[in-house]
Amino acid sequence: MKKYDAIVIGAGHNGLTNGAYLAKAGLDVLVVERNAYIGGATVSRELHKDWIYSNCSYVCSLLRPEIARDLELPRHGLQVVPYGGSATLMKNGDHFGYYYDHERLHREMARFSQRDANAYERYLADVMKQTRLIRPYLMRRPPDPTSLKLRDLKDLVEFAGSFTALGEEGLADTLKFWTMSVGDFLEQYFETDVIKAHLAGSGIIGTALGVYSPGTAYVLLHHYMGDVDGNVGAWGFARGGMGAVSSALAKSYQSYGGEILCDADVDRILVRNGRAVGVALDNGDEYHAPVVVSNLDPKRTFLDVMDATDLPPDVVKKARNFKIRGSSGKLNIALDGLPTFRGVEKGGPLATGEMHLSDSLEVLERAYDDWKDGTWSKEPYVDMLIPSQIDPTMAPPGKHMMTVFVQYAPPKIKGREWTDEDKAGFERTVIDQIASYSPDFKDLILHCETRTPRELEAEVGLTEGNIFQGELTFDQLLFNRPFPGYAQYRGPVKGMYMCGSGTHPGGGVMSAPGANAAREILQDLKKDNTVPEGYADD
Amino acid sequence: MSRKQGDTMMLETPFHSRVALANELNLWEAWSGYTTPSAYFDVELEYFAVRSAAGVFDLSPMNKYRITGPDAGAFLNRLVTRDVGKIGVDRVGYTVWCDNAGQVMDDGTIFHLAENDYRLCAYARAMDWLSWSALGFDVSVVDESAEVAALAVQGPTSCSCLQSMGLDGLETLKPFGIAHFDFEGEDLMVSRTGFTGDLGYEVWIAPNKAETLWDKLFEAGKPYMIKPFGSQALELTRIETGFLQAGVDFVPAQETIRPGRSRSPFELGLGWLVDLNKPVFNGRQALIREQQIGSRYHFVILDVDGNKPAHNSFLFKGQQQVGTVTSAAWCPTAKSNVAFAQIETACGDIGDQLVAEIYYEKELHWTRVLAPCKVIDGAVFNPARRRMTPAVAY
Ligand SMILES: Cc1cc2nc3c(=O)[nH]c(=O)nc-3n(C[C@H](O)[C@H](O)[C@H](O)COP(=O)(O)OP(=O)(O)OC[C@H]3O[C@@H](n4cnc5c(N)ncnc54)[C@H](O)[C@@H]3O)c2cc1C
Repeated sequence: MKKYDAIVIGAGHNGLTNGAYLAKAGLDVLVVERNAYIGGATVSRELHKDWIYSNCSYVCSLLRPEIARDLELPRHGLQVVPYGGSATLMKNGDHFGYYYDHERLHREMARFSQRDANAYERYLADVMKQTRLIRPYLMRRPPDPTSLKLRDLKDLVEFAGSFTALGEEGLADTLKFWTMSVGDFLEQYFETDVIKAHLAGSGIIGTALGVYSPGTAYVLLHHYMGDVDGNVGAWGFARGGMGAVSSALAKSYQSYGGEILCDADVDRILVRNGRAVGVALDNGDEYHAPVVVSNLDPKRTFLDVMDATDLPPDVVKKARNFKIRGSSGKLNIALDGLPTFRGVEKGGPLATGEMHLSDSLEVLERAYDDWKDGTWSKEPYVDMLIPSQIDPTMAPPGKHMMTVFVQYAPPKIKGREWTDEDKAGFERTVIDQIASYSPDFKDLILHCETRTPRELEAEVGLTEGNIFQGELTFDQLLFNRPFPGYAQYRGPVKGMYMCGSGTHPGGGVMSAPGANAAREILQDLKKDNTVPEGYADD
Repeated sequence: MSRKQGDTMMLETPFHSRVALANELNLWEAWSGYTTPSAYFDVELEYFAVRSAAGVFDLSPMNKYRITGPDAGAFLNRLVTRDVGKIGVDRVGYTVWCDNAGQVMDDGTIFHLAENDYRLCAYARAMDWLSWSALGFDVSVVDESAEVAALAVQGPTSCSCLQSMGLDGLETLKPFGIAHFDFEGEDLMVSRTGFTGDLGYEVWIAPNKAETLWDKLFEAGKPYMIKPFGSQALELTRIETGFLQAGVDFVPAQETIRPGRSRSPFELGLGWLVDLNKPVFNGRQALIREQQIGSRYHFVILDVDGNKPAHNSFLFKGQQQVGTVTSAAWCPTAKSNVAFAQIETACGDIGDQLVAEIYYEKELHWTRVLAPCKVIDGAVFNPARRRMTPAVAY
């Protein structure tokens, strides 16, 4: 049996990134993937003939440009195309247009409130201050405050330095920001319901928290800290769907000699004498390597593919207590034509970006109440886009593909598993809601793929369907991600590492966890580092 | 004085009414005395329309010279550096032309329209030089710049857009080929040419049909996401695909005042356009001599570290300053920080490492970075579909 230098479990985009950097350093690497296809939550599939769905993730901003460039992803077929504008349609028939042109946006905000329009400048500056703080740490291992190693102390001093540079008030603002709710945060700036609601969306996406739950302001930041070609906070479509990211990563990885094995469900990480030595698949096949990297979320990693007897008890405890609650679902819809949205210019700048239907924080909070109640929101928050207006490869000419991210959907319905009837009910709720803003929407539907947390867990392997492989709250970020003491990608067993979104800097199609993990592995193996530094964010 | 609102010293292209309607930003600049759009709605989105779907650029102000007569071919062959005899009827050739000192006066395209019938498209005005060069040849040179309206239709869905406008069989047109179609009783000439480095076409029509052409094209292109784009987006695409811009990457020789400021084709990386096997052409002697004694400069494309474009940067090799950047851009599709540079010939081979001195300003604070950069072998954007015939559907 062939022996590899490293085995990566999971061909999610982070697993592929990790593999690419290890292979680039000359290691003999095998990526094993449970599904018949690669990509995990970064995938494109043709479930309705001639329509391409980005089945899970659907928009791109967080993907680190340093990595895209370094791994030559454009040459391997990746093109990220930005879109401009977004809108929230209101119950009263009006809508709020979040135009990409700054002055036009000011005019639009001023239509609701002169003050809000002006406060937006302050808001943007404050959010940008926070992104400047976090962005330099995306391409680095988080400092470990529990360690007394020189390199950790150095990291910590630098980390503390960037905070103290903010001054006393700045520091207070920052601490508040990292712990407060997105609702409270926005209320410091705005008075208009729809403006707050529009901006609050990114504070709750992927998290089982409401707009008034502490910690959601950071989640908003998490959606602002990316960029498209240097435009911080901008988002785009991967041409050909998000699978284009994984496919380019896979090609890059293979160009360095890496191998991928699909339909390979890892049953167990093999541990001998306190060292990881390989993996065993559920069909009994074994593959051996002195380095085993898990792209799975922390629960799967430590409670599923690792044996409790191979682990220190505190890790099992921490993994059990890790917060990874599902909160989201998704509809991917093939449309026979472009739907009309009440009041919004068809094909105009607002209709090509994200559209939302929740026009106040109250509506958003009520949607969360349903989640707590153990059911999907009766009036859900939707983040819907029609990428086929910009990307000609998603649907035949004149036809369209619509992606609808939905929140909230609980991992269990009143404590029991989701049934097919629940799923149908969830689908109906979402479609009815959209239809109430778009008269021709229902008639245009040709096919719909509906994914509740049940499908996300079963098909993508995300525990409870949590899209970020774990809640993005301060207790699970930076040196706490996934758990204190294990935040530098090294597992509790020698030779075992983590590289998924469950590690720093967290979820989203970012590739940073995979790359950062590779850097640490190469350091342990005393190999030359192949992972780039982050771009200076001046 | 009785100036009325709207009176302007600027000319309007035959598409102006449509261009003005589409120009949401109302952002204009002058090009050869014409009012032309810098951008229509958002430079980045326009750029991406070209790279992901199809973009339309009004290139009517381009200088166009019609060259006809029994000696038309011979005349052009003496004028330009490449062998015009190899440009068959219904073919287009990119070329440069030089003064007697072998210095580039301009680059442009020769359209071989029919036997003894050519169109020369040029960046700079060329009537003076063309007239002098024509002495002794049985040719007529006519400036037809205002008589021909033209649009560039560029990008992966460009062929689909034009096909859906009724241009059947367009997919079989080869790169640099010319085809003719009937458009409402008028001749619509289509060439598979462009300045974006992708699948793309230029369409040429009589000015009186320009507006109808624009309308039909945008209607037909709708399902293929056609969008207009302005000069700023064009600038990004041409840098990404490695095209020089006269007036930016070199100064047309006839416009230089200071000695040594003009460049030869070899110095611009355009040696491949020079056919020294041709017995006579303008500048041949000087170019042969340059081959013997060596060039003063050479053109390189640089991949610059980091994401700050190396605008106007000095380039260093060790402590020594070896050149300057002429064009620079962060290229969004290639995800590459590209610079074109003129450097001294002692360095600049493919793979050579140089350092670019970049200055940039953030909130009135200037920063200087010394960015390592590498001389690369050709443009960063060069998709296979650009060369494929039949044209592939995106
Ligand atoms: C519905 C949804 C919408 C989202 N929207 C966005 C968005 O628009 N933009 C954005 O940036 N992010 C978005 N995200 C988040 C983002 O997609 C994820 O954070 C990211 O893709 C996770 O990547 P990963 O490589 O860390 O892990 P994963 O993608 O989870 O990859 C893990 C891989 O491991 C495999 N695996 C699991 N168990 C085993 C086993 N036992 N043996 C072998 N292989 C196994 C899985 O099949 C999977 O391929 C979304 C996520 C979801 C689910």
